[in-house]
Amino acid sequence: MPRDLSIKKVLIIGSGPIVIGQAAEFDYSGTQACQAIKEEGIEVVLVNSNPATIMTDKEIADKIYIEPLTSEFLEKVIAKERPDSLLAGVGGQTGLNLAVELHDKGILEKYNVRVIGTQISAIKEGEDREGFRALMNRINQPVIESKTVESVEEAVLFARKIGYPAVVRPAYTLGGTGGGIAETEEELREICASGLHLSRVHQVLIEKCIKGWKEIEYEVMRDQYGTVITVCNMENIDPVGIHTGDSIVVAPSQTLSDKEYQMLRRASLDIISACDIRGGCNVQIALHPDSFEYAIIEINPRVSRSSALASKATGYPIARVSAKIALGYGLDEIENAVTGKTFACFEPTLDYVVVKIPKWPFDKFYTAKRTLGTKMMATGEIMAIGNNFESAFLKGLRSLEIGQFSFEHKKLAECSLDELKERVVTADDERIFALAEMLRRYYRKEQVCKMTGMDIFFVEKFKWIVEQEEHLKTLEFEDLTPRYLRKLKKRGFSDKAISGFIGVDEDDVRELRQKWNILPVYKMVDTCGGEFEAQTPYYYSTYDFEDEVVVSDKEKVIVMGSGPIRIGQGIEFDYCSVHAIMALKKRGIETIIINNNPETVSTDFNTSDKLYFEPLTDEDVYHIILKEKPKGVILQFGGQTAIKLAKFCDKMNIPVLGTQPTQVDAAEDREKFDAILEKLNIKRPKGKAIWAVEEGLQIAKELEYPVLVRPSYVLGGQGMEITFEEEQLKRYLVNAFERDPENPILIDRYLMGREIEVDALCDGKNILIPGIMEHLERAGIHSGDSTTLYPSVNISSDMKNKIIECTELIAKELEVMGMINIQYIEYKKELYIIEVNPRSSRTVPYISKVTNVPIIDLATRVMLGETLSDLGYGTGLYPEPKDFFAVKVPVFSTEKLPQVEVSLGPEMKSTGEVLGVGATIEEALYKGFIAAGKKMPNNAGTIFATIQKYDQEEFLEIATRFAKLGYKFVATEGTAKKLETIGVSAKVVGKQSEGSNEILDIIRSGEVDLLVNTPTKGNDATRDGFKIRRHAIESSVQIVTSLDTLGAMADIAEKGLGVSQVEIYNMCEI
Amino acid sequence: MKAQLILENGMVFEGRAFGYLKEAIGEVVFNTGMTGYQEILTDPSYYGQMVVMTYPLVGNYGINLDDMESYKAHVKGFIVREKCDYPNNFRCELTLDGYLKAQKIIGLEGIDTRSLTKVIRDHGTMRGIISVRELTPSQIKLKIDSFVNQHAVSEVTTKEIYEIEGDELHIAMVDFGVKQNIIREFKKRNCKITVFPAFSTSEEILNVNPDAVFLSNGPADPKDLPSVIENIKKMVGVKPITGICLGHQLLCLALGGNTGKLKFGHHGSNHPVKDLISNRVYITSQNHNYHAETLPQGAVVTHRHLNDQTIAGMYAKDLNIYSVQFHPEACPGPTDTEHIFDEMINVMYGKELEVCQEI
Repeated sequence: MPRDLSIKKVLIIGSGPIVIGQAAEFDYSGTQACQAIKEEGIEVVLVNSNPATIMTDKEIADKIYIEPLTSEFLEKVIAKERPDSLLAGVGGQTGLNLAVELHDKGILEKYNVRVIGTQISAIKEGEDREGFRALMNRINQPVIESKTVESVEEAVLFARKIGYPAVVRPAYTLGGTGGGIAETEEELREICASGLHLSRVHQVLIEKCIKGWKEIEYEVMRDQYGTVITVCNMENIDPVGIHTGDSIVVAPSQTLSDKEYQMLRRASLDIISACDIRGGCNVQIALHPDSFEYAIIEINPRVSRSSALASKATGYPIARVSAKIALGYGLDEIENAVTGKTFACFEPTLDYVVVKIPKWPFDKFYTAKRTLGTKMMATGEIMAIGNNFESAFLKGLRSLEIGQFSFEHKKLAECSLDELKERVVTADDERIFALAEMLRRYYRKEQVCKMTGMDIFFVEKFKWIVEQEEHLKTLEFEDLTPRYLRKLKKRGFSDKAISGFIGVDEDDVRELRQKWNILPVYKMVDTCGGEFEAQTPYYYSTYDFEDEVVVSDKEKVIVMGSGPIRIGQGIEFDYCSVHAIMALKKRGIETIIINNNPETVSTDFNTSDKLYFEPLTDEDVYHIILKEKPKGVILQFGGQTAIKLAKFCDKMNIPVLGTQPTQVDAAEDREKFDAILEKLNIKRPKGKAIWAVEEGLQIAKELEYPVLVRPSYVLGGQGMEITFEEEQLKRYLVNAFERDPENPILIDRYLMGREIEVDALCDGKNILIPGIMEHLERAGIHSGDSTTLYPSVNISSDMKNKIIECTELIAKELEVMGMINIQYIEYKKELYIIEVNPRSSRTVPYISKVTNVPIIDLATRVMLGETLSDLGYGTGLYPEPKDFFAVKVPVFSTEKLPQVEVSLGPEMKSTGEVLGVGATIEEALYKGFIAAGKKMPNNAGTIFATIQKYDQEEFLEIATRFAKLGYKFVATEGTAKKLETIGVSAKVVGKQSEGSNEILDIIRSGEVDLLVNTPTKGNDATRDGFKIRRHAIESSVQIVTSLDTLGAMADIAEKGLGVSQVEIYNMCEI
Repeated sequence: MKAQLILENGMVFEGRAFGYLKEAIGEVVFNTGMTGYQEILTDPSYYGQMVVMTYPLVGNYGINLDDMESYKAHVKGFIVREKCDYPNNFRCELTLDGYLKAQKIIGLEGIDTRSLTKVIRDHGTMRGIISVRELTPSQIKLKIDSFVNQHAVSEVTTKEIYEIEGDELHIAMVDFGVKQNIIREFKKRNCKITVFPAFSTSEEILNVNPDAVFLSNGPADPKDLPSVIENIKKMVGVKPITGICLGHQLLCLALGGNTGKLKFGHHGSNHPVKDLISNRVYITSQNHNYHAETLPQGAVVTHRHLNDQTIAGMYAKDLNIYSVQFHPEACPGPTDTEHIFDEMINVMYGKELEVCQEI
């Protein structure tokens, strides 16, 4: 059937900010869906609050609203744009839930908007546990014995019937938030209470535990005419019990016979037929390892993280095909753009193995409880392709950027067998390494399988890797034979691992390989196992016979991607990589991308001219560079992942476009950089490295309190603290030196000033600053966690000139060609520099969108030799808008990570961001806060305050403003007394540390709308403040830990802003 | 042990031999299924062929006694990138290596199977030798030229007539190398089946007074079976006839149509076929090098292969003849077209072919 011609204007809802359980995969699928619809001549209206996305680019949709994702704001957009259709399934769970909400509230009916693709009734049937179970019973598909309950008591009764352990799954939450496995009744009560609270419909499912069964997923498609196909199936190496987002997954399944494979395939297809799915759907199935017994776990009637993975694993664009189905096409009418030969009704077949490994944030959240379970905790993932399991797995390990180039984990080598066993049984992020270490100590494979439920098929493979590693340790370099070396390379061993075990330099192994001609070749991912000639320029490396890459004689450039999404390096860098590719393409240069993140737009098959799905390590990129012989490589856009390759590029004489590796080093090396600042006469907060407590106290006295202290050996603000007095500092130093007497502590003067951030372009002669950004929160909070204002509100024109001047000096001195990011502090009318990054930064997408300066395009052109003055955007500071404000607000996933500090500080914690735009700064802030999920307390709401002593004066000022508006206060005794002094009465509650439970009770009761808590010390789970903050976040009570944020809330409250008072803006017209 | 695959165009792929270490000659074809190697090995239609699996890891779940498609393995050789030495599955009874040894079939592993697949794709199906010793060019030529597969059917058909009990439709099944699951599917539908050797005469077949005749799948070129075609002609119009794969091709020839050879055949579990009556697309299991090229008069196309638009099913209403090129019995592959058996049974009862509704 041809497409439905009555569809003329389609509304697409994005997935909003990146949070755990909902990451970049929805930018990838959303972008693909928008393009698939737009190319049919249909108008696309897009709403997404996340500015760091390709889908919110002007080229992707016709009308773009970067507005809060709430039904109120969506109604505004619908009323203004009057779309005739809504595509529900491409914006993750957020988009799906909103579509259901718009339907339930009658908004879709009111404005005559129909849902295309999978219908609301089908979504509800698939998502509602009870409805789904009834449907499964009807079509004879087995489900796990379970019951939906609405109270803890009901749960306890049912669990007694089915026995423990029992699984708790809340309805309608992201990534299984709030779920868990209860081993005892006590645990059940606890998990159940939190699950009920988090569920939108106040329901949780209690089910029989099938831990240890194989977890198998099928990605399936269906059109409205009833044609069904399977795109891919996947097997979780970690069996049921660990969330699939936290599992190591292999595609296709490895241990299923054809009978099992077809049985589950058939079940999946029968289910989507019965549900009347129109588009893509994910089906999760548990399979008993010792029989044909299986049970359907759940379905996701939308594109998902798994569907993004399946798309990248097979080359089948699920989101694109889903969008076409929604327009009325049948699967046999949609061409497979990957092969250009087959149609979308062709089932992909793989002739390689794909491994996905999650990337967890525990390097940043070192206090977090790392136990993996039914709640997802990974922020991102990597995918690796090989033509044997071992190579895909080992490539995967080194793609994670956790310092692992082999299967041997140094830290775990020091653990006892008992400790290792504990970590393998309870499963945390390092389980796989603990498992390897056990095998290394000859622990029985069979027993490992018994403990973990892993199939011995995989454990045999792990054991083989470990055995080779141990064998290598016994070898001398001269013992290596071409045959053995080739064997290891075929199985994915890195030069670094091989050289490390033998005890030689990585270069030695590489040179030996080159001498023996042991070099990788590249194979194509073509969806069809080589049966048809394919067009896809999508490759992975193997040590094999035939190389399928055709190297053109065109001028080409390689862009290094940014790897997995993690705290501090998110989707923004993928945005930059994609834009660099687009800029190069426009100039007729052949583009090549190397990346390993399956969730991204950069790894979509049609983004670049060639895609290499490979780890971003020296060795892996080197062979591609040797092969392709590019004019140069671009490192500036792939975050630290790409910048880390600079040294190697320099060593191997690989041409780097833009800022040269030596200059990168000058910016990143503290001493070299200090020398530059000295020379340029630019100030930075005074600081010193100290080796002893007394010395530290002395230095602090000289610097004046407060001071910023941190260990010298860690990056990214880890372990950083602001201390206000000697006693506090002493405690910190004593602790720190006790832990590690070998390394110095850095003490810097802490300037409690205004933080300012600048992204600038430099061509060697001139600079262009697209925008100067002001942070709402004062210095001391990581820039990634600050609310960022553009244009700035409080920076004088004098100061702006100073900033321009300083930026120019530094950029020129560092010989920046392309991008630089600088963070400043304005303190007592003086400008200080705190950080320089010789690369693109996380604010680039945001500032590009709100200024309309195509920053990456310009930067890429500068790297290619053009000059800024010829590019049409001038030099110096780009003119700032007068009546338009855009605020970037960070978004956190801390509620998903047990035992993680909530309060803002020098360590970055946010996973994503949203944008608020408005004609006034208050309007922009209001929308930013709403979009970030901050619940603005209503007038006469209740604020609960516990404020540390250094902040109390300032707090009182803001409290007065809230009190005037009619807000009520609850406070601990000290704060309450202070409030009394200004005539504000507060209900007093007892302190936790004094044995009272009042605080936690009042938070849980729902009586409090907003918790204001300024911390004395972070990251200490035993302290009151930490407990209060965790409790609030787990009870979904709004928390503010910075008085600057609170002040902004007071501004908004005073203006009386609400949904009906604010406008929405089409970003294409700004 | 080192071994090599030598193709008739002179290309050589070096790898390691496993299974039964004895040289073999056959037609090299590739199969794109990611599972189902056991069913492939024991499918009599592969008689005379060496199968290359495009999926790189083979043997992961071992071999069991339940999933056999016939009493033995029929391939001449089995070529994989990597055989699994430590298989695991709750039904795993033998290893791939052990099974091939017992069946006296040579295996070859460790070659670039993707590269080989592309060679076959580009050059068409070729004959090849898996050898464990060096051969001279003249030896190679001699061996390859001596390979013929014209008597494949007589090698795999049943030697004797046998009967399978059932209460309903009585089917005379002509066995050209029938897959067990075809029999299981009819049995499941309570048919009584009398299985005949391929070269039984029409008199012998009609003598048991069946309700209908079914022509099974089988190996090689239908045109190598002129006597069988003549025999079928005698039954056309007398009894309803249905057929699968080779049976379909034989029906086409018997009715006056023509068959041809595909460049590299269809071998896999992911072939989209459009049912032209219901307009739905089904994913099918396929295994054939030959196909019905032009249909006889009076027959209509019921199914079309969507990759290359070849005919995948035909129906001659007046003669009560219905046959398909693909394998509704699956094993290996998807069971999506299982309803074809119901349709066939209807036709064999003398009813008109209707669209079979599925959930």
